[in-house]
Amino acid sequence: MRLEPISQPSLQRRLLPPAVAIAASFLIAALLAQIAGGNPFAVFGLIFKGALGSKFALLETLNRATPLIFTGLAVAVAFRAKLWNIGAEAQLYAGAVITVVLGTGALAWPAPVLLPTLAIGAALAGAVVLLVPALLKTRFGVDEVVTTLLFNFIFLLFVSYLLEGPLKDPMGMGWPKSSRLVPEARLPRIVEGLRLHWGFALALICAVSVWIIDRKTTLGFEMRAVGQNPEAARFAGIPVTAVILKTALLSGGLAALGGFSEVAGLKGSLTLDLSPGFGYTGIVVAMLALLNPIGVVAASLFVAVIFVGADSMSRAIGVPTYLADIMLASALLLMVLAILFTKFRVRRD
Amino acid sequence: MELFDILLSASFWAAAIRIASPLIFATIGELICERAGVLNLGIEGIMVAGAFAGWISVWAGLPLWGGVAVALLVGMAFGALHSVLSVPFGLSQHVVGVGITLLATSVTFYTYRVVLPEVSSPPKIQAFQPYEIPLLSDIPLLGPALFSQTPLTYAAFIVALITGLVLFRTPLGLAVRAAGENPSAVAAQGLSVTAIRMGAVIVGSGFMAVGGAFLTMSAFDSFFFDMVGGRGWICIALVVFGAWRPGKAVLGAILFAAFDALQIRVQQTSLGTVIPYQIFLMMPYVLSILALVLMSRSAQVPAALMVPFNKGTR
Amino acid sequence: MTAVGQGAERGTPVLRMEGITKRFGSVTANEGISFSLYEGEVIALLGENGAGKTTLMNILFGQYSADEGVVEAFGQPLPAGAPRAALDAGVGMVHQHFTLADNLTVWENITLGTQGLAAPSLRPARVKAKIRDLSKRFHLAVDPDARVGNLTVGERQRVEILKALYREARVLILDEPTAVLTPQETDALFATLREAIAMGLSIVFISHKLHEVMAIAHRVLVLRHGRLVAERQVAETHPQELASIMVGGDVRTPDVPAMPAGPALLTLKKATAGVLRDADLTLFEGQITGIAGVSGNGQGALSDLISGVLALQSGRMEIAGKAPARWDARTAIAHGIGRIPEDRHKTGTIADFDLTENAILETYQSDFARAGWMDWTKARQHTEHLIQTYDVRCPGPETRIRLLSGGNMQKLILGRVLEENPQIILANQPVRGLDIGAVNYVHARLAAAREGGSAVLLISEDLDEIMKLSDTMHVMSEGRLSPAFARGKVSAAELGKWMAGQGFADVS
Repeated sequence: MRLEPISQPSLQRRLLPPAVAIAASFLIAALLAQIAGGNPFAVFGLIFKGALGSKFALLETLNRATPLIFTGLAVAVAFRAKLWNIGAEAQLYAGAVITVVLGTGALAWPAPVLLPTLAIGAALAGAVVLLVPALLKTRFGVDEVVTTLLFNFIFLLFVSYLLEGPLKDPMGMGWPKSSRLVPEARLPRIVEGLRLHWGFALALICAVSVWIIDRKTTLGFEMRAVGQNPEAARFAGIPVTAVILKTALLSGGLAALGGFSEVAGLKGSLTLDLSPGFGYTGIVVAMLALLNPIGVVAASLFVAVIFVGADSMSRAIGVPTYLADIMLASALLLMVLAILFTKFRVRRD
Repeated sequence: MELFDILLSASFWAAAIRIASPLIFATIGELICERAGVLNLGIEGIMVAGAFAGWISVWAGLPLWGGVAVALLVGMAFGALHSVLSVPFGLSQHVVGVGITLLATSVTFYTYRVVLPEVSSPPKIQAFQPYEIPLLSDIPLLGPALFSQTPLTYAAFIVALITGLVLFRTPLGLAVRAAGENPSAVAAQGLSVTAIRMGAVIVGSGFMAVGGAFLTMSAFDSFFFDMVGGRGWICIALVVFGAWRPGKAVLGAILFAAFDALQIRVQQTSLGTVIPYQIFLMMPYVLSILALVLMSRSAQVPAALMVPFNKGTR
Repeated sequence: MTAVGQGAERGTPVLRMEGITKRFGSVTANEGISFSLYEGEVIALLGENGAGKTTLMNILFGQYSADEGVVEAFGQPLPAGAPRAALDAGVGMVHQHFTLADNLTVWENITLGTQGLAAPSLRPARVKAKIRDLSKRFHLAVDPDARVGNLTVGERQRVEILKALYREARVLILDEPTAVLTPQETDALFATLREAIAMGLSIVFISHKLHEVMAIAHRVLVLRHGRLVAERQVAETHPQELASIMVGGDVRTPDVPAMPAGPALLTLKKATAGVLRDADLTLFEGQITGIAGVSGNGQGALSDLISGVLALQSGRMEIAGKAPARWDARTAIAHGIGRIPEDRHKTGTIADFDLTENAILETYQSDFARAGWMDWTKARQHTEHLIQTYDVRCPGPETRIRLLSGGNMQKLILGRVLEENPQIILANQPVRGLDIGAVNYVHARLAAAREGGSAVLLISEDLDEIMKLSDTMHVMSEGRLSPAFARGKVSAAELGKWMAGQGFADVS
């Protein structure tokens, strides 16, 4: 077997394999639902109804998509530069921690000043958290996949310590939970009375910004060059190490904004279950989006539909909600394979 | 003083060996993959799947060794999936590995919920019991530490020994090492790089799953969702720390486990009341990162690690 | 030198390829190629890069299966697509790019794949004894316990040959075996080959160096555009005839008439960087300075130093009389150094970037951006200009550069460099792997730049290329640089001695 590059892939070549990959992940989920005793059609019917069937459900889905846009962008930005950031989870919590530290009364500022401060502070914290593995990579050549993964565990334990110590809510009746944010630190809702907050809008702005950076700025050009061929980039005079570090700052900052948005927009306080794996799901989102920032928005919505729908489906007929996780994990693997088939054909010689 | 007492007690070293056992299985598994040139980040998920598969099989009526065999096969199945994607198709080993971990974990949790829909706490099984090796277990200190373990611990050391022998003393091992050093050399001698690498990933993944099964079938007697808790990632650091050599990797695993056993005991001393327990729990992960940094300058890394091989392309 | 022996008695051919045709998509790499090799015979496969030599050998070794045709060894057909078949039938190959694992020992590399994978032991003592025996018989001195990574290039080639002999190969295929050797090492290789022929082995010698073909082969097969266009007995032909058949017409090389040297533009004094040791070098305006030598002797370090990707450890570097305060790739470009890297795929271009992005890779910040924002319109215009001026054959500036042929890729790099009017041009192996047309184009452009006043540093392992183009030349060996030799004042044999490390004052 040999892989032969396709010189001018047709539109069909570029679209069909990803479509087949998504379809196949649905098929796998259907099969597993059947095994668990759920009629696949009923299962998918309930998933889509649960995610899109009412105004409430739809807003819930958008809310669920919001942190995924942030972590998806974080992963996409990093992966494009071949910085394998698997630590969006830790970076997201870093953003959440700063939001709580500064937003529970430490700064008595009006909302228009406080909110940007919190966002910037959160982004900086996330950037620093990813900067450490990035420096270990550029200084010592330590693989950042393993370090970012290990940092997820370390940081979560750190958060656990904070919530049982310095940040513990004195009114929390012993639960590991932070105090609530002051009203000025809360992201308002986009439309009064609807449960959708400005974090979603911020996520969209970030997606567009990343797209602009990617296409229109020298930084974007440098990040793509370093990702595709660091040796050629270095030879051409692009400061490779600096670009990797800038990428890390951007990626970590984006993930951390997800933490800010969740705490300030949705939860109002920090607990250890703030993120049910948004950082890891961000990897799936980014790959489904083919690392395209605008695609990240679409992929996040898709993933959110599956998750929100699966919760509601599971409550209704008892097929475990982990069906959604299986579907997305298989979609991830099938998608990387599909991307290969958009660029290469398999030859037997 | 307390520290000294701990370090000299047989129960401490017995615990260290016990904690090291799953790490040895999984580290050896990862080492086999990497020696052939494939980084297997599926390790964490494969350990979860192995832990569940072994335990649920025994719960369903299989004998203990039957459960180990099931875990091995489940690991090999996920290894097969990994190897198809990463070897002949040459996809990013980072992305494939993370994908396999997500898949194996979610399939495991799904199956758990399907098989045991109503339980609030998971059922227990009759786990492996310690087996005192005659005569050897009577040696002071060493006896209780090394030779009063469960059969699965002995198996871990045997697997490490056999892996070392195969890798460095047999034509098969030479082929595996060469595939990780320069696949073109393997292909030029008429061997199939694809077959060798896929085989290594499949076998290695099997051992990872047995490492997971150790947790549910020997260390504990039940399955919990966050049971593996990053041990897979730690094993990847151990492979680096062990400079891709089975003997050093085993030593690394024991050293690491000793630290782990030590922090559990220190938590119960006066120090434990001063230092938050989270700091102790962080130690394994922090140590792993330190090990990676310390060993980063070593030139032992297989030259073709993470380099896909496609024949006919140069 | 004369050909070995007097040809061979005919019998059953030891190797026969009949009507081999292989297509890749719309490209026909081999078309109806037939030849036979007889015992004790050396045939040379002569052809330019891309003539189809490598594809033919990949078919022989089962890496590709032919669309049409049969392969026979010792009268037995070889199954298609089975890499082991040729090896098991006694056909061994010495690859141009060595297929050795650096971190393994010599004996491990040699025994790899020769024992059953189920065997319980490697039996090192027996393997090493056999290697020592072969080393003695064929004068291929090498320590079986040495780590391959510690061997010289010449020694590695011996290991490659031993690999084939260890398998009891009766037919040896050598792909460009002399590309990495000094003239003296080449002579030693030829002595070994003659010994092998005397013992009844047969050899296919793949090359594009005419004088070597004339020296070792009995028969020459010339490939052009995938076809066998001529077959000659060496005794009945001469190099000029072979050259014109190979290229398909007369060969015209650019003239490089003598020119007076201008002032020194770049000077190295006792420069040490990487493996480069105490190098003295001066590049003059209007001169081509050639660096000869077997690759891997420090040319990389010299090239990296001048390119700005390697820093000076000791010694001094002056550009137009001044030592630059800092040194990196950007500074080098800013000092008017144009760089043509050795590996255009890995270092020179980014495969999945389009032509525009590759064209501005070195100048995007200074010329095609303002305050961090890219000016893509200007970049595209610039690229279109390069495509026209440098005759880059491509569908357009949006084409991904990986789709271009080597020659067109090199033309774009050449344009990228020359458009900046560099004072100093570093050309590291600028024509490796190109066909004659592109070779002449590159050489003519470099000669023109020299006439325009640039100082050109030409690094090449092709001694003929160096001697033809350079005004002055140096030889590199083990990180050291020989004194300068003026054109016409030194013979190839003399340079060969320096390439082998003779003549250098011993520095320890």
